[in-house]
Amino acid sequence: MLKRDIVIVGGGPAGCAAAVAAFDAGTKDILIIERDEGLGGILRQCIHNGFGLHRFGEELTGPEYADRYKNMVIERNIDYMVKTMVLSIEDGKDGAKVVTAMNSENGVFAVEAKAVILCMGCRERSRGQLNIPGDRPAGIYTAGTAQRFINIKGEMPGKNVVILGSGDIGLIMARRMTLEGANVKVVCELMPYSGGLNRNIVQCLNDFNIPLKLSHTIAKIHGKDRVEGVTIAKVDERLRVIPEESEYVECDTILLSCGLIPENELTKSAGIALDNVTKGAVVNQDRETEKDGVYACGNVLHVHDLVDYVSEESDIAGKAAAKYVQNGCKDQETVKTLNVEKMGAVRYTVPQRIDVHENQEDVKVYFRVGAVLKDVSLVVRDGDNELMRIKKRKVAPGEMETVKIKGSVLASAERISVSVE
Amino acid sequence: MNIGEKRELVCINCPMGCMLTATMTENGLSVTGNTCPRGEKYANEELTHPTRTLTTTLRVENREGKYVPVKTNGPISKEKLFEAMKVLSDVKVTAPVKTGDVVFPSLLGEADVIATGTVD
Amino acid sequence: MTYDVVVIGAGVVGSLTARELTKYKLKVCLVDSEADVAMGASKANSAIVHGGYDPVPGTLKAKLNVKGTCMMESICKDLDVGYRNNGSMVVAFDEEQLEHVKLLKSRGEENGVKGLSVITGDEARKLEPQLSDKIVGALLCTSSGIVCPYNLAVAAAGNAMDNGADLKLNFKVTDIKDDGDKYILTSEKGETVESKYIVNSAGLGSDAVAALIGDDKWHLTAKKGEYMLLDKADGKMVDRTIFQTPTKAGKGILVTPTVDGNLLTGPTSEKTEKGDKSTTLGGLDKIKSTAVLSVPRVDFRDVITSFSGLRASCDETDDFVIEISEKSKRAVHAVGIDSPGLSASPAIAEYIVELLEKCGVKLEINEKFNPKRISCSHFRHLSNEEKNEWIKKEPAYGRIICRCESVTEGEILAAIRQNPKAMTLDAVKRRTRAGMGRCQAGFCTPFTTGLIAQELGIEETKVTKFGEGSELLVGDRK
Repeated sequence: MLKRDIVIVGGGPAGCAAAVAAFDAGTKDILIIERDEGLGGILRQCIHNGFGLHRFGEELTGPEYADRYKNMVIERNIDYMVKTMVLSIEDGKDGAKVVTAMNSENGVFAVEAKAVILCMGCRERSRGQLNIPGDRPAGIYTAGTAQRFINIKGEMPGKNVVILGSGDIGLIMARRMTLEGANVKVVCELMPYSGGLNRNIVQCLNDFNIPLKLSHTIAKIHGKDRVEGVTIAKVDERLRVIPEESEYVECDTILLSCGLIPENELTKSAGIALDNVTKGAVVNQDRETEKDGVYACGNVLHVHDLVDYVSEESDIAGKAAAKYVQNGCKDQETVKTLNVEKMGAVRYTVPQRIDVHENQEDVKVYFRVGAVLKDVSLVVRDGDNELMRIKKRKVAPGEMETVKIKGSVLASAERISVSVE
Repeated sequence: MNIGEKRELVCINCPMGCMLTATMTENGLSVTGNTCPRGEKYANEELTHPTRTLTTTLRVENREGKYVPVKTNGPISKEKLFEAMKVLSDVKVTAPVKTGDVVFPSLLGEADVIATGTVD
Repeated sequence: MTYDVVVIGAGVVGSLTARELTKYKLKVCLVDSEADVAMGASKANSAIVHGGYDPVPGTLKAKLNVKGTCMMESICKDLDVGYRNNGSMVVAFDEEQLEHVKLLKSRGEENGVKGLSVITGDEARKLEPQLSDKIVGALLCTSSGIVCPYNLAVAAAGNAMDNGADLKLNFKVTDIKDDGDKYILTSEKGETVESKYIVNSAGLGSDAVAALIGDDKWHLTAKKGEYMLLDKADGKMVDRTIFQTPTKAGKGILVTPTVDGNLLTGPTSEKTEKGDKSTTLGGLDKIKSTAVLSVPRVDFRDVITSFSGLRASCDETDDFVIEISEKSKRAVHAVGIDSPGLSASPAIAEYIVELLEKCGVKLEINEKFNPKRISCSHFRHLSNEEKNEWIKKEPAYGRIICRCESVTEGEILAAIRQNPKAMTLDAVKRRTRAGMGRCQAGFCTPFTTGLIAQELGIEETKVTKFGEGSELLVGDRK
């Protein structure tokens, strides 16, 4: 059986960054397994710019950002396989993990790994999951599928478009399709606020006079063969359709940009516990899951706003996996484990738990809120004892927040909570 | 803009998307709400001569069904985006092409078009 | 050329009948109005092989259901179609319903159904721990099962073709002329097929087809059943098919695993127009609120898709109508094949052939008949060693296209190449499950459309979802 110190499942931005970080931390026997034709993941089809300001200090397009990481992988001679699908991750002997994968060249094969980093990314919510009633014609795509058709294959999926959901991919595709000659009629957003970045509303919708209708949804899809139109309707505060406030919009295409779901089927089948809110694994500050030696980072762990943050998180996971291997496949001695409690408007935190070690380093806790709130404070407490308070003008579900908790504080803490109030 | 006139803008320079307020004063435009100098620059440009970076793909003529992603290497006039797309719709690239290669110089006299991906 | 028998309608009944006919030395043609087989009721139903306790004793439904259910396992084995004898329960929530459950048991026994017993609520919950505490008793049936209905039709049509039958798709019969020895069928597009005998298994269109021959005494009404399909993560919620006791308010909503490991809930039942396969807010709400009565923990956040199917309900009778044409004695009609049509389909096919013999069709055994077919998605059932052998021979089996359902390029190519050729995105989906998983074809669509275009030698912009008019793309970018 093939043996590797670290196997990385997925060669997108998370996988590449984790590989580079692990290599640079001294564990060099690495294999990246990627299902698509090349490294880079979904960035390969995100031809727009806006990536890399944090990471590289300049504005890059998706393929450029992907290229930078691909080059780092190649410069280091890190081994990778493309067009290869991981089928399962199981426990092997003495704490090793057996990763079973398949490709055309090798058939079904197994790799024994000392550590595994999960970097499978996420998928888009589909029409079926959204339960949109009506006919079931051709012409209903997730924004990412349309993006692949246009940017990779050079095919147009439609001419007259209604977009449901104001996630960034949907906004980006509104502009992309408009520039390619399509007529994007309206973007409907179920929530009373947009799910995408303000800058994208400006440069993708406002620039082209595309209306954004908040608190609106597609109530019905019309068309026996190809989409012929949609009934769009206002929703009440409980997100239920108000039939009296609906209108028919003619279109031949519907794009869905209604959220992303981490792809954790492998994780689940490996018996690793998931967080109900993030739909990703429960991890500690090293992004180690509840299974020793298995790490997760990037959108498979929780959906990020920016690829720059994915890279940052993957650095942590890659470094930690390298250390784990160097430490004889053992975690660093844990003094105590603190579960990060969510209070107030906080929906989730990553990490969900902090394993406090001797000489504990500072830990950055990432979190999201459940609603748009103005003039709030981000508060970190140890029990009832307030440790930190940061004032914010505005927080929104679409924007990840962070707080950095000092290592010295963690060493003495007993019950850590993060709150927005 | 007349003196005393106010405009609300969202800065598109980075993902923060700062809410800017631009007020015309006797000494020129006064910008508030920005967290970095780029916000002020953006507001000035947006109100006089708005520009955008254009990204699209070009057909690779000697690689069946392949496209290469490209961008303008600097922003171009916002009002010329559609005209630029029309010019580029006839442009084909010959492989091999590497990230950073200029594939179409001086698009409408405003910027070069460079490849943002590689096709061997 | 003149066929011996033309079968109109390639659903489960038509396809199994065509296959049954190829067991004899007959020239058989199967025609269908759609771009693929199994596009009517066969593709959207509960996928249940019913025990046979529901139909009134003495009816054709009772006879053919019980017989068909007995035949199903071996037919599915021959045709490499998913089938599982998982058993079922009809659950009762009060004493009145329990009385009805007991009636079903005696009715079933009269029909010759084996493996029926009435059990208490606690016994039911012991077998199915997720059942509601409010259930007071149930009819347990061990002889019922679940099947993949559209692949049963696909496989039967494919096997019939492998044994010499022809298939004509996009052939909507609009005219039938009888010159005494043979019929001349004309399609909407003006194509013709000549045949000595006709089998009318045109589903919801079978009343219209019968009328073309002059048999105009039946009228079919479309009854829409809406369904919601849940992720495989929920597929083990129940092991058996859980029915609710039929009441005046309706037949209830079932909860069942599917042969592919998903959880299926539905159906509603509403009269509608033929051709209306939309889902409705009301229908979906009804499924959600009713399914949880029997299995409270069904989590509708895990729904991956919803759909609806149309059942052909006959206005004139509750029973199947399977009989020789009154006007011309060389045609057999199968009209109003609603539930339990799927369960009965193997028996219906045999029955139709018996009737054809009465019409004068000579049944001379075809020694070359091969009852077996290997499904294009057979690969997934192989051991790793066998998989590697297949991949060596055809490397496309090593490449996964649909990540949610682990469908390989090899399976998709096989689906497009083997009888009956999959020529649309949905046809590939039904045969291989590519696009049937939790992402609902988000990732694989661009790959699958490329493979279809390549194999059929057409422009990708001509690839459809399910036939003409349902093109997936509108053209090149420029």
